[in-house]
Amino acid sequence: MRLVLPLAVTFICGMIMVLQFFIPHRPFSSMGERLTDWYMIVASAAIFLGAINLIQVHTARIQHRLRNWQYSPVVIIGFFAMILAGLFWGVEDGRPFDYMFQTMIVPMGATMFSLLAFFVASAAFRAFRSSNWRATLLLLSAFVVMLGRVPIGDVLWRLVPGAAAGAHPNLVNEIAEWLMQVPNMAGQRAVMIGAGLGVVATSLRMIFGIERSYLGGAE
Amino acid sequence: MSGGRILEKLDKVDRRVIYVLMALSVIVPLALKLDFPIPVGSGPSMNLYDYIDNLPEGSTVIVSYDYDPSTKAELQPMAVALCRHLFSRHIRVIGMALWPQGVSLGQQAMSNVGDSLGAEQYTDWVNLGYTVGGAVSILRMGSSIQAVYPQDRDGVPYDSIPMLNGIRRLGDLQMAICLSAGDPGIHAWVMMAGDTYGLPIGGGCTAVSAPEFYTYLGTGQLLGLLGGLRGAADYETILRQRNPGAPRGLATPGMAAQSISHLVIMAFIVLGNVTFLLGRRARKGGLK
Repeated sequence: MRLVLPLAVTFICGMIMVLQFFIPHRPFSSMGERLTDWYMIVASAAIFLGAINLIQVHTARIQHRLRNWQYSPVVIIGFFAMILAGLFWGVEDGRPFDYMFQTMIVPMGATMFSLLAFFVASAAFRAFRSSNWRATLLLLSAFVVMLGRVPIGDVLWRLVPGAAAGAHPNLVNEIAEWLMQVPNMAGQRAVMIGAGLGVVATSLRMIFGIERSYLGGAE
Repeated sequence: MSGGRILEKLDKVDRRVIYVLMALSVIVPLALKLDFPIPVGSGPSMNLYDYIDNLPEGSTVIVSYDYDPSTKAELQPMAVALCRHLFSRHIRVIGMALWPQGVSLGQQAMSNVGDSLGAEQYTDWVNLGYTVGGAVSILRMGSSIQAVYPQDRDGVPYDSIPMLNGIRRLGDLQMAICLSAGDPGIHAWVMMAGDTYGLPIGGGCTAVSAPEFYTYLGTGQLLGLLGGLRGAADYETILRQRNPGAPRGLATPGMAAQSISHLVIMAFIVLGNVTFLLGRRARKGGLK
């Protein structure tokens, strides 16, 4: 029963969603709408599970004095500070929740992502090598796109005698755009079609009970 | 110092040197207010601008702020420029978010630009807030927006918001714009709102994720795309060209810093390859 029940639920729900797509009329359309409502309720509950898990993990880190446990109280205090601020004073502009979001979370989040530029520069210096002709091709394409995606590429190109008055004063930008619209698009399309077929195949396997790993390894 | 020693030193440049040069390449152009001309020809940015510019006055557009503060530097300038264009054309904006932290960033963009252009909350714009569920929520909004958003971000019931009178489902809107930093984002909007309900979709995304959306541009599933800070700067430039009074925007000043930092990264890549090739040649010579 532990196996049959979830497989039956998956089959029924999956078939309803497939049918409501191909037959968008009652009763399938209303059943599909009901299932999407349920999905949103279940997904909302998952947020609470995530919050409980976060507290459990960090409480355990503090209790057992695990590596870098000193950061865990900051996480827990920040978590409850945001919750209490939102519950007691609301989330409207100028309230404590909004103030903490705008003056703490926004700059901290932006700072974390900004560090990527430094790591990219360091990694590119050490790893981006023209070790064979394919890598060299990739390197040259990357150079053109890096120059074409910023204004200085065409500023440099126009320093070439005759380039500014020629038919293609923004040649670097044009080549970069061509690289994006032709070779890149072809590759991306192949990836997307492959991924799409994979999603369809996996979904069908799950609906028909062939793929069961999502049940937690039950055979 | 011998050639080999120099080669070895160059190959093992301390990463802190790279970090300092990268920091300077960003700080100095911003401090000196360097400015490079931004050429904007026909392309994804122009296509998006033209589509919005041709929407009739009084149209309603939904803007999904699907990003968080980590990508604010790239996506918030787009949000501000798009809101400026939409409000200046008297197009009503419904804001929402599939990412929790996008709600406040969207509020900031709509509120600030709305105040400067006289656009009023609940008459010209509204922020419905965050919804969980990603693509499934968009699918549900195709039959009823109110089922997903019974009230707006501030708790005002859907039915009592004047600008939402007559708007029941996605099909009642003229366009959706998704500003996306990942998943859920443009993929979900194209698949659910665009392909399923035929709603025209425009997009904005980070520079690293822009290549994957070119396939949607090629098929026409995406009307236009703003890719990274450059996409935002393109949009600001077009806005200024067509509306001389428009402010300079947030992305345009950043293009000089991005230009110089790209040159610095390229210089390091060249340096790394020179040492690599010379080292390989030296090793081959040694083997012989």
